[in-house]
Amino acid sequence: MTFKPGFCRLALWLAVALPILPAMAEVHEYHLANGLKLLVKEDHRAPVAVSQVWYKVGSSYEHDGITGVSHVLEHMMFNGTANHPDDAFSRIISENGGRDNAFTGRDYTAYFQILEASRLAVSFELEADRMNNLVLREEKFEKELEVVKEERRLRTEDNPVAYLYETALATAYQTSPYRHPIVGWMADLDAMELAHLETWYQRWYAPNNATVVVVGDVEPEATRQLALKHFGPLEPAPLSPPRAASDLAQQGQKRITVKRPAELPHLWMAYKTPTLKPGGADWEPYALEVLAGALSGGDSARFAANLVRGQEIAASLSASYSLAARLDGLFVIQGAPARGKTLEALEQAVRAQLETLRENPVSEREMARIKAQVISSEVYERDSLFHQALVLGLFETVGLSWRLAEDYAARVQEVTAEQVQAVAKRYFQDDGLTVAALAPQPIAREARP
Amino acid sequence: MSHAPLGARLASAAMLLALATPALASPDIQHWRGAGGSRVFFVEARELPMVDVQLLFDAGNARDPAGKKGLAVLVNSLLDEGAGELDATALSFEFERLGANYSAAAGADFASVSLRALSDETLLGPALRNLRRVVAAPSFPARAVERQKQRMQLAIERKGQAPAELARDAFMAAIYAGHPYAFPNAGALEDVASLTEQDVADFYRRLYVAGNAMVVIVGDLTQAQARALADELTNALAPGGKPSPLPPVAELAAPARISVKHPSSQTHILLGQPGVKRGDPDYFPLYLGNHVLGSGAMVSRLHEEAREKRGLAYSAYSYFSPRRERGPFIAGLQTRADQQEQALRVMRETISAFIATGPTAEELRAAKKNLSGGFPLRLDSNRKILEYVAMIGFYGLPLDYLDTFVAKMDAVSLAQIKDAFSRRLRPERFVTVTVGPTPAGEGAD
Repeated sequence: MTFKPGFCRLALWLAVALPILPAMAEVHEYHLANGLKLLVKEDHRAPVAVSQVWYKVGSSYEHDGITGVSHVLEHMMFNGTANHPDDAFSRIISENGGRDNAFTGRDYTAYFQILEASRLAVSFELEADRMNNLVLREEKFEKELEVVKEERRLRTEDNPVAYLYETALATAYQTSPYRHPIVGWMADLDAMELAHLETWYQRWYAPNNATVVVVGDVEPEATRQLALKHFGPLEPAPLSPPRAASDLAQQGQKRITVKRPAELPHLWMAYKTPTLKPGGADWEPYALEVLAGALSGGDSARFAANLVRGQEIAASLSASYSLAARLDGLFVIQGAPARGKTLEALEQAVRAQLETLRENPVSEREMARIKAQVISSEVYERDSLFHQALVLGLFETVGLSWRLAEDYAARVQEVTAEQVQAVAKRYFQDDGLTVAALAPQPIAREARP
Repeated sequence: MSHAPLGARLASAAMLLALATPALASPDIQHWRGAGGSRVFFVEARELPMVDVQLLFDAGNARDPAGKKGLAVLVNSLLDEGAGELDATALSFEFERLGANYSAAAGADFASVSLRALSDETLLGPALRNLRRVVAAPSFPARAVERQKQRMQLAIERKGQAPAELARDAFMAAIYAGHPYAFPNAGALEDVASLTEQDVADFYRRLYVAGNAMVVIVGDLTQAQARALADELTNALAPGGKPSPLPPVAELAAPARISVKHPSSQTHILLGQPGVKRGDPDYFPLYLGNHVLGSGAMVSRLHEEAREKRGLAYSAYSYFSPRRERGPFIAGLQTRADQQEQALRVMRETISAFIATGPTAEELRAAKKNLSGGFPLRLDSNRKILEYVAMIGFYGLPLDYLDTFVAKMDAVSLAQIKDAFSRRLRPERFVTVTVGPTPAGEGAD
């Protein structure tokens, strides 16, 4: 790789000795008799607690024809139980000064409240209630389904880059359920029925399919007692988790063009990559994280230094990889060409950068830079209660352990430059590559005062 | 709650009553004058081994000269593209090898640079010196100026494929016609193309100066260490003062309806007018009232009418966004294009009804409970504390703003809300913007 001449004048590049960090607050893990798992982490900086309930269900649990059902059900979870009908849930949280919402992913559906810490019981009572007692009514469902379609229009249909991503994922994955959009295909939303939601709710919403994560100004044993009181009486359900079926091995490069009304072209490239398996023994996912850091982990990383500056061929460019997922995934590179540059030229420039990583080990100073960023991020992330809970819940729910989340920085420190080169060689292969291009179609302009 | 069995209502009520409002603790904001007339604000937070530093300058896009819209953002984005002896890659590597995060941003009123670093002095020291280099000795290389101009032009063009951005730009242009707030942050395409290195240097020299600077520090430092840190930054800034005040924002004289054709499946609707300044005496009643009207997250009248009752939109909201001069009052939603007139009617009726009658006593009680009970959530991280202190400092709000926030909200009466809304909002003169495939029917108003 080439550094700009200015770099040599910088005599101060030295691998800094990062300080030993104060001990992390301990995570307390409890198991209720009905199978519910509770994780509690103390953080007494402010009189606030975050409570999240994670269910093992999301778009990767769905099959063709019912895509989006997990997400629609997430919406319906705010529409009342016999004990707390209609929008009582959100009103009670709101009157307690809390914030609440939910999010659905490929491998999870999660609900959260952020409250002044003494009011944690409000969260537990309401969440335990809707884990078992949701009332699904046809009239409410019809309106909520329209809301979800509006959400899909807002986020995907009318956003050409998001539309590109959705099509690209459905192309890159052939058999993996990661090809489903989380929000669902519009045709499946059009055909969705209340009965689909009832089945889904009965199948997945049970204490033995849930992890409750609490981070904040709480005491672990008292939190356990509170969980016992509210979640303890719930009955477990028989579960049959889906087979962990990753994608069929790809047999050659895939290329697609997506035409949408847009102003600017966009490039999306992805290589099939493994994710961390339970037990976390494999080093490859950690090396892939470092590889992403070498390419785009900051403004001195290779994409910014060489392609945004340097060759000036990209207006924006990023690499992303996430090791925490239930099924194998993708190493994604996406961005936009600089003014006057083509998608083809950008793709060639990206490929040349990847080739360099296949041929040469990452320099010692890059390794030190990436590792320093991972260590400091561990500290910075502790500034957010929500983020701390999110990481614990995510790792648990995708089938890893929260312990692997806590070990993450240490494991990244063990990665060598040779390992980074090895994963570049192994996974930056054309046979596992999908390239998707957004080809902008003209937008008719007309403004009327 | 109309379907609630009696037992459920009682249970809910009991749940609410059982909870006492906790003692509220606000951060202790220490304030002093730095070098050259700069102002420094510090909150000591020793729990995490990290420090946040932000420098703010009255150098937002409201300061863009005529014909040079986009200059504030360009200058702000160029600071770390070369400084002292170092080029962009060397500057960013210096932050990153220390595990430090640098960021820069420019909005309407102010431009800022921010650093988050570990507090260990072997890491904080060099990160701070690099920040000083970036903010006090940028070199604005010609190549970088040209490249950033190109990137800004692309960003402006990209807005043409985003109906939400098109709607916002059209809305701001209409409610602020003739005022600096009329222009989008990213600037105007032709203006950006014509910006020169000289423009960049002039803007920087005039506004990134000590007397126009404010430093906010939150983190793991003693006051003496914070003073030394602030001095290191402010001593390096060139002397100079504040720019002259912004012009006041004029009232809307007449309603306007702007319809932008766009091949989207939804129509984006915005309506509103200029709202309030920071420090405005009506701010508390307007804020509290709007909580009921459109900003209580999952419970507000707009959310209820548009989403819960009719399934018209994923999000329906309203908010006041106070600025140095009157910031916007905006109500908005997005809906399937063929429903746009129905949605617009619902929004207008909901807002007009609210202005006419104000919140109910029950709504006001619930809003106050939300704001007082949720107060600790506003200050539960160093980042949030920094944002509040920056706002208090930049807009000259009293240092006890946070200490008195809950009491001031609690003291607001129904009559005050109704009075403030009827004096400050003029729905008969609202600007209405629609962006979508269906041109508005003539005479739909």
